[in-house]
Amino acid sequence: MLIAITFYLMAFTAVAAAFMVVASRNPVHSVMYLILTFFSAAGLFILMGAEFIALLLVMVYVGAVAVLFLFVVMMLDVDFVELKQGFLQYIGIGATVALILLAEMIMVGAVYFTGESKTVVPTDPNTTNLEAFGQVLYTDYAGAFEAAGLILLVALIGAVVLTLRERKGVRTQNAAKQMSRTREDGVELIDIEPGQGLG
Amino acid sequence: MSRIKQVIRAAFLLEFISAFVLAMKYFVRPKVTINYPFEKGPISPRFRGEHALRRYPSGEERCIACKLCEAICPAQAIVIESEPRTDGSRRTTRYDIDMVKCIYCGLCQEACPVDAIVEGPNYEFATETREELYYDKEKLLSNGDRWETEIAKNLALDAPYR
Amino acid sequence: MTPVMQTTTDVALAATDERNWVIWSLLKTGQVLLFVLTLALLVAALVLADRKIWAAVQMRRGPNVVGAFGLLQTMADALKFFFKEIVIPAGSDKFLFILAPIIGLVMAFAAWAVVPVAPGWVISDINIGVLYVLALSSLGVYGIIIGGWASNSKYPFMGALRSAAQMVSYEVSIGFIILTVIFLSGSMNLTTIVDSQGPGIFNWNMFLLNPFGDYGWRILLIAPIMFYMGVLFFISALAETNRPPFDLPEAESELVAGYQVEYSSTPFLMFFFAEYVNIMLLSAMMTILFLGGWHAPINVSLPFGLQVPPFFWFFLKTAFIFFMFAMVKAIVPRYRYDQLMRLGWKVFLPTALVAVALVSTFVVAANNFGWNA
Repeated sequence: MLIAITFYLMAFTAVAAAFMVVASRNPVHSVMYLILTFFSAAGLFILMGAEFIALLLVMVYVGAVAVLFLFVVMMLDVDFVELKQGFLQYIGIGATVALILLAEMIMVGAVYFTGESKTVVPTDPNTTNLEAFGQVLYTDYAGAFEAAGLILLVALIGAVVLTLRERKGVRTQNAAKQMSRTREDGVELIDIEPGQGLG
Repeated sequence: MSRIKQVIRAAFLLEFISAFVLAMKYFVRPKVTINYPFEKGPISPRFRGEHALRRYPSGEERCIACKLCEAICPAQAIVIESEPRTDGSRRTTRYDIDMVKCIYCGLCQEACPVDAIVEGPNYEFATETREELYYDKEKLLSNGDRWETEIAKNLALDAPYR
Repeated sequence: MTPVMQTTTDVALAATDERNWVIWSLLKTGQVLLFVLTLALLVAALVLADRKIWAAVQMRRGPNVVGAFGLLQTMADALKFFFKEIVIPAGSDKFLFILAPIIGLVMAFAAWAVVPVAPGWVISDINIGVLYVLALSSLGVYGIIIGGWASNSKYPFMGALRSAAQMVSYEVSIGFIILTVIFLSGSMNLTTIVDSQGPGIFNWNMFLLNPFGDYGWRILLIAPIMFYMGVLFFISALAETNRPPFDLPEAESELVAGYQVEYSSTPFLMFFFAEYVNIMLLSAMMTILFLGGWHAPINVSLPFGLQVPPFFWFFLKTAFIFFMFAMVKAIVPRYRYDQLMRLGWKVFLPTALVAVALVSTFVVAANNFGWNA
């Protein structure tokens, strides 16, 4: 009973928030609703007993990715008139993507309700999430896991390469150089006779 | 070379440790601040604090309404009105100081020929409302009565240097 | 009900037994209230301690008028905030403006749910407690970002941007530092992590100098690494809680008060409160992860067969870490923003990565060669 109530509450919040991501006029509010969606999804994961995935979702998506989203969106100066002009231009592609997604969801639902889907059976009730993950990730899917890591590394280096450019005539801070300055480098004590000046 | 030294110093937090030791030394030293409402620092006899109107030992007020203080006041904080009294002597009927305007320069007491208006040693006269800082003659005279001992002592101490 | 659920979370546990979930809820609510009240009182004491320590280093007295030794100063300040008027700027996003401090405070308190202060003294002993604390502390950023943005004002916005970048950066290195501890303990459960550090100061993760432990003398190989990780964790904790020398989101000489500029009265108090609860949380985490939690440093025997309660040791260690927080505030000048980012990404992250590699190598080698006999 309690689980059912919690599930429907979380599921409803997730769907409603996801709808509001698209519907809300303020882009910052959209990101807030997106965070709420992530959060509800994390709650659903906990209900399924997958607390590790739930907390990873909160940590990675809510704690880092959405923060960066928010970061970018806050700095945008959104012009609503311009936004509406582009609406008709992209409606074709948008509708196509939406239709494909709808078809896919109907197919998944059909498979589920005809009872042909595989039910996932927990391997051993006494292992924790973490152990179960490690067992699978480093044995059966070790190759795929390594490949994913490699792709992320490539993306990381790619981002660095794309943004790294040498610009001439720009003065930048060199923290190491600044900090290794000593008193001897910066201060010179001179005795000046009265009336003589430095010259 | 100095770069390497710098890296080592940073990695072992040497500067933080020496700063911490220094801070702990100061931590246990006696405090240099005074416990203000219970302890107070010494003040000079020339200290220019709250204003007061003095009286002669006979109880007669000193002020003769010459208005020199009103004239010299750079902040124009003093307002004086005067009338001859029944015994024919010239006295003030109104002596107001706007303590909000006052800049505590002490020119009024320098100008006073009879040492009537003085700035006493009291500096704790904060009020809750602005109105309470518009001093009238009655308030100034009562200040004079209350602080007469200290004011007289300070004037006597400072007299040789005038 | 699948068996997995029974071993996972308390929510699921309560639901499996429909008869007593009401009692369970009441019990947990009581525990939560106890924690919150204790934390609130401790915050009052810590704010005062912070000011007193800061004052002492500068040879001042600090607050000493309200109550004996100024003990009630924080209460007086809190009362002042309660009775002030809440000013909401006209151009602000009113809902988010009020929501922001609430998020900050709730996240700060919620993270305490998994912190074990003594054997068994924990609200929810979940088996991924470390992740939970990390997740909630990363959620705490939202209070600051939303607050800064909703104020619709320049300084708060800049403070919010700074804090977003800063806290996300240092969370990465904190994550890797914690990973070394997880490798050594073999668990993400905070109680297990504390238990794995055994009695005696030389079994704590920061001072692994006991050559007669599970790993034998070989533990000395990683002792310096773990000590260094402890130091890095402390510094990252400073950055994570926006404490000096990393208080750039609220740098008063640059941004007036950063994200707090437009806040007054109770919302400001909530931000302030959240900050100190977070500081306490990270002090407690430092205690749990590196200083052996409630374990006594040396075997203390009291007369009449009395025992020092484990909670006392936990409190003492947390208080010591907080003392270090306060001392750092008093002696270290504020970092420049580019220095802060450089430190996080170019110094802490590579160092922590190398340490993770070394410690994991050690643990794997120990398992393979039977060092942990």
